[in-house]
Amino acid sequence: MTALIDIFIAFLILLGGAFALIGSWGLARLPSLMTRLHGPTKATTLGVGGCLMASMLYFPTHGLSWSAHELLITLFLFITAPISANMIAKAYIHRRHSETRMTVETARMLPESPAGAAEWATFGVADADRPNQPSGEPAQPL
Amino acid sequence: MKRLLPHPGLTLLLVTMWMLVLNSLSIGGFLLGLFFAIVVPLFTAPFWPDRPQMRLGLPLLGYAFLVLWDIVVANFQVARLILFRRNRDFRSCWLSIPLELRSAEAITLLAGTISLTPGTVSTDISTDGRHLLVHALDTGDAAGEITRIKTRYERRLLEIFR
Repeated sequence: MTALIDIFIAFLILLGGAFALIGSWGLARLPSLMTRLHGPTKATTLGVGGCLMASMLYFPTHGLSWSAHELLITLFLFITAPISANMIAKAYIHRRHSETRMTVETARMLPESPAGAAEWATFGVADADRPNQPSGEPAQPL
Repeated sequence: MKRLLPHPGLTLLLVTMWMLVLNSLSIGGFLLGLFFAIVVPLFTAPFWPDRPQMRLGLPLLGYAFLVLWDIVVANFQVARLILFRRNRDFRSCWLSIPLELRSAEAITLLAGTISLTPGTVSTDISTDGRHLLVHALDTGDAAGEITRIKTRYERRLLEIFR
């Protein structure tokens, strides 16, 4: 029975390791920054997840106490991964936007800002933060 | 009761987190956690004037499991793309997703979900909060991708946040 569990744990660790490796390989080989972002936000979540599941299985089945920290790590990872990816992407489009020699390809890349006076938030001021709101209508909460 | 516990959800979350970090079930630890969980919302109350109306129930649980499952699927899809797709064959593009969700918390949750699930990373939001800028790694059908995100995630979030 223990051998069976050990094999399963080993499988989880290998799976996690494989996904972490593939994610890093994606970071190295994908053609542009935006496509490279897809590697770390996805392929690595299962990479870390596999290792954490293995750890959660290993300690109780080998006579050591069960630990809840793996669950917390998973939770924090899921909260922080999208935010860091978002910050990198914002910095990227901001830099591209402010470059004086904006290539035709980059200009074509970003979709038109949506209708009305709205712009993408990276380049504009949020309605709620705009000074001198015309009196009467309060700022739309985002 | 309302004055002592202005944000019961936050209190519950803080106690749970405290117990998980502590990693043991002791009365003393629980009481200290409970103390912080009551004091912290009281002192931070001025920072969240309007709280989201959120239904903590079956829809939220269903959404969590759906997202977890999609994350596993997304991992395999992206791994396959990284390993077997040649660079020039990537059909990556930008999507502009019109939003029906209005509360900032709901949009944050949707943006996080988009970043963690198949081939999409959310990048930016429009200044009026009605469009989300999303980058897709490989899609042949941009309109279909937008519909998929709207029906699969946003419709469920609309049910959770009234």
